[in-house]
Amino acid sequence: MAELTGLGEGLRELVSDGDSVALEGFTHLIPFAAGHELLRQGRAELELIRMTPDVLYDQMIGMGAARKLVFSYGGNPGVGSLHRFRDAIEHGWPREIEVEEHSHAGMANAYAAGASGLPCALLRGYVGTDLIARTRVEPVVCPFTGERLVAVPALRPDVAIVHAQEADRRGNVQLWGIPGVQKEALLAASRTLVTVERVLDELEPRPGGVVIPTWQLDAVAHVPRGSLPSYSHGVTDRDNDFYRFWDQVSRDRDAFAAWMSEHVLGGVAAR
Amino acid sequence: MIAASLGEVQTVVAARRLREASSVFIGVGRPSTAAILARRVHNPGLVLVYESGTVGAKPTRVPLSIGDGELAETADFIVSVPEMFNYWIGAGRIEVAFLGAAQVDRFANLNSTVIGAYDHPKARLPGAGGAPEIAAACGEVIVIVPHARRTFVEKLDFVTSVGHGTGPGSRRQLGFRGAGPSAVITDLGVLEPDPATCELTLTAMHPGVELEAIRAATGWDLHVSDDLKPTEPPTVQELTVLRGLTSR
Repeated sequence: MAELTGLGEGLRELVSDGDSVALEGFTHLIPFAAGHELLRQGRAELELIRMTPDVLYDQMIGMGAARKLVFSYGGNPGVGSLHRFRDAIEHGWPREIEVEEHSHAGMANAYAAGASGLPCALLRGYVGTDLIARTRVEPVVCPFTGERLVAVPALRPDVAIVHAQEADRRGNVQLWGIPGVQKEALLAASRTLVTVERVLDELEPRPGGVVIPTWQLDAVAHVPRGSLPSYSHGVTDRDNDFYRFWDQVSRDRDAFAAWMSEHVLGGVAAR
Repeated sequence: MIAASLGEVQTVVAARRLREASSVFIGVGRPSTAAILARRVHNPGLVLVYESGTVGAKPTRVPLSIGDGELAETADFIVSVPEMFNYWIGAGRIEVAFLGAAQVDRFANLNSTVIGAYDHPKARLPGAGGAPEIAAACGEVIVIVPHARRTFVEKLDFVTSVGHGTGPGSRRQLGFRGAGPSAVITDLGVLEPDPATCELTLTAMHPGVELEAIRAATGWDLHVSDDLKPTEPPTVQELTVLRGLTSR
């Protein structure tokens, strides 16, 4: 059963230095507040996992919190490059970072395998590309048809953290809009925390809503606006200007550090 | 009306390619603009499919990200990422896909991973995203890129997704189900794979562009079709709708 907890307390309980952590969210419901709190808590040596590491992971990588990144697309969506991600890979600043990259299909299936309790997933993918030599996949032959396929190992993060619109007091969670790969990430992980916009007495399941039961979660924290500058469909709007602004502020190491210091590290630590 | 820019011509030409299509898979930027334009002008029934999982989105403006709220609000339905890549893309249910890239070679193979060596890249690019499986499985692929020597290269620094591989038979050998790239649309013209050799051949040139400029912007000895045609300039309607979409 999930406990309703403060964000700071929940993360201190669940995340340790060196853990593999998936803060998921596919262009929507990105758990910015939780990522920022991890930085304030000084978490280090993390293996960060996410299909689309965007601005939040750019910030975490730029602060040196990650030793490894597992991902399939690292860009500032619609804007361009992630400058801190690039600086880490191109120049090792502020530290060298190990990279394991996939295609979206590969990574989505790896999460699904993790959620299914399977060791790997099969797909028609990666074939003919240079990715094969650079990532963790193996060719396999279908035992029924003889077709050549690719196996990708299951993703099993130590911790998955996602943001959702709502939870009830018992810790059942519901999210809607673009569901991304959050359900798979939660079910694949050993430990889980969900931040939510609001806590209700009773959840009302909605058509198209994704419900995660409290008995599959460890912690739920009430963090209104916890996905901004991303958004929570129906509750907050995506701050597109911030994504454009980030392109400017993140180009320069000093400007980046100053911004993080003022707006993230200097923020009030969560309870 | 101000004459169309080459970028606008590129977008309009891409949109016209969707006249007969039932569904198109798109990322952000010019491909998204072209697909929205096609739905408004050429093919109102066109189903726009975004990687974020929104199927049948009907945006009224060009979204900044593939996850913008308007895409979800106007979609016929929304699916998870695993479902998008397994049931819809992997199974070959999407007819046309628009792809961009940092580098393209003469067989329309694409690089969006690194410039330079993988371990010590000169420029680290975003990476594969959905491209490898989209390029393998969608019915056909249309590549939308700027025409420049650094984009049209003799040899890719990294093969992120396969177009026509090393030539005829490559795709069959790799077990791909989709037909692969049918066109590369640039801001200077249109290149299509030669039916016999699969090599990209210039088949159309945009208004005001010189053949020499296209050759100079291509990093290999470019083949030119015997049937090279001028691009039909954008109509007033196409331009008006396009400018309405991009000015908002």
